[in-house]
Amino acid sequence: MSLWEYANPVKFMALSGRILPWAVWLSGICLVIGLVWGFFYTPDDFRQGSTVKIIYLHVPSALMAINVWMMMLVTSLVWIIRRHHVSALAAKAAAPIGVVMTLIALVTGAIWGQPMWGTWWAWDPRLTSFLILFLFYLGYIALWAAIEDNDTAADLTSILCLVGSVFAILSRYAVNFWNQGLHQGASLSLDKEKNVADVFYQPLLFCIAGFVLLFVALVLLRTRTEIRARRTSAFLARERMG
Amino acid sequence: MKALLTRDLRLAIRAGGGFGLGLAFFLIVTVLVPFGVGPQSALLSEIAPGILWLGALLACLLSLDRILALDWEDGTLDLLACAPLPMEAAVSIKALAHWLTTGLPLVIAAPLFALLLNLPSAGYVPLVLSLLLGTPALSVIGTFGAALTVGIKRGGLLLSLLVLPLYVPTLIYGAEAARRGAQGLETSTPLFMLAGITFGVIALLPFASAAVLRVNIR
Amino acid sequence: MHLAVQDLGVARGGIAVLEGLTFRVEAGTALILRGPNGIGKTTLLRAIAGLQPSLNGSIDTPEDSIAYAAHSDGIKQALTVRENLEFWAAVFGTGDINGALDAFALQPLALRPAGALSAGQKRRLGLARLLVSARPIWVLDEPTVSLDVDAVAMFAAAICAHLEAGGLALIATHIDLGLDADILDVAPFKARAPISVDDAMEGFL
Repeated sequence: MSLWEYANPVKFMALSGRILPWAVWLSGICLVIGLVWGFFYTPDDFRQGSTVKIIYLHVPSALMAINVWMMMLVTSLVWIIRRHHVSALAAKAAAPIGVVMTLIALVTGAIWGQPMWGTWWAWDPRLTSFLILFLFYLGYIALWAAIEDNDTAADLTSILCLVGSVFAILSRYAVNFWNQGLHQGASLSLDKEKNVADVFYQPLLFCIAGFVLLFVALVLLRTRTEIRARRTSAFLARERMG
Repeated sequence: MKALLTRDLRLAIRAGGGFGLGLAFFLIVTVLVPFGVGPQSALLSEIAPGILWLGALLACLLSLDRILALDWEDGTLDLLACAPLPMEAAVSIKALAHWLTTGLPLVIAAPLFALLLNLPSAGYVPLVLSLLLGTPALSVIGTFGAALTVGIKRGGLLLSLLVLPLYVPTLIYGAEAARRGAQGLETSTPLFMLAGITFGVIALLPFASAAVLRVNIR
Repeated sequence: MHLAVQDLGVARGGIAVLEGLTFRVEAGTALILRGPNGIGKTTLLRAIAGLQPSLNGSIDTPEDSIAYAAHSDGIKQALTVRENLEFWAAVFGTGDINGALDAFALQPLALRPAGALSAGQKRRLGLARLLVSARPIWVLDEPTVSLDVDAVAMFAAAICAHLEAGGLALIATHIDLGLDADILDVAPFKARAPISVDDAMEGFL
């Protein structure tokens, strides 16, 4: 039973239709457990007060922002090498989810930073890298939207994703270099070592699981929609041919 | 290959806009900055390296869509695809022509414009060096972006959106080198990184650009 | 030296337009393609020229042997006629452009900027490019658009010279060029069931 079977749209629709309700329910449950537990049933941090609880949104969304891009990278490679339409459509479907995750990460990062820094934004290396990632997502989505022919769009956006990934990594190092002189060790990023106490960590796991499942549910849903949209245009094209 | 380069250079010169337009834009940006941030020389000295780099970067961006769109419209790209010249070589030549007509003039003009912004005297050599090393990367990356948007009507804005994030590493290292030089600090690290990015990009990105052009010609 | 296609299918925008084409053009001969507008002649010629992939079937031609000319002439307005031709001659590795200039009566216009030419003169320049490409196979898509009667005669003479020298030509045209050439009507090869570019598309329906 090879994974490649699901490159066939019909099989993909069948399998995703079965998985989708599970993903939706499980993600909802995990998110509710994780967020309620994390926000209401954990003690306040002695230094940062209750604002630190924003990590229950910030960390999972930041993780997903990166993971979604990596998923897009893999599906783009699959398109380039094996030309499975489902793969290309999955990348197209994932991008808006990724951009929203990045936005959540940025906003929650700013909310977290405000009490600590007295400012809504700081050019902390990690936040800055996410801002750049946000721009990459926007460019990718804009390119999909600008091209009419489906196959051309899939080809161009997958090459953009590849090149963009290389530059995203380059930017990560560049941004670290750029900011190293200013705020040594005072970044807003969560140091797992600092908050390793179980009492914080367990609800975080639920939140992360919830976000992952949420992404799975959303990307399956959106890919199914893209497939249906393609079916419609294929029907129209067939009609036009007479 | 030489013929393509000569032709593109000739076209850029005769078109009139290319050469002068980039420099004029660079000058305008340089002149507008003091109006925007105030004329205090101390402040201007501090931000001069960054502003000059930004100005050069934006001036490069201006002429990018012309690299390929004109050839696309009059059918030259199709004919070049049939020619014995590999597409990778053709895009590299196009990037080179862009650099010679846009990047290099900026590098030469930069010290003059740096005068307007009170760049400390220690900063001139690092500025020119960083621009010299960095502007080729801007041309090659810009050519990639131009290839992506060549078939899109009014693709200029999309081109900027795609290309500017790709410019970030070059901008960071280039401006940092210029800044450190102006403060009299060691500049070898950012210059090395800058050179590394430029050479890497020159060697590898043409393959992606050529693939993109082939897709668009289809 | 020949151009052969076997069971060729081509697609435009992902939808098949022509299928099952099989023909062979030998050295010294020309094949004329006819068919209604929109049938796919341009798509077919572009596929043969290598500008786009074919859907199925095979195209058999020697490497780097095709010169393609279509609607857009690849002419730079800011360069003179001579400079335009010299550029293409340099790209294709041939030297002398005077033969091409003479064949299309462009010598008197040689130093004029191409932007100042009339449509017919521009088309003559575009066709002159074929002569400096020194390639044996000419793939031409509606080459006589904008040409007056004299120019069409010049063009026909150029083709005859090319064929006599051992070249071959594949031309989509409505005009009778007075060539002793076979005519292929591509209308019967219209793709019946619209097959799309990728088998996976079948799964969409």
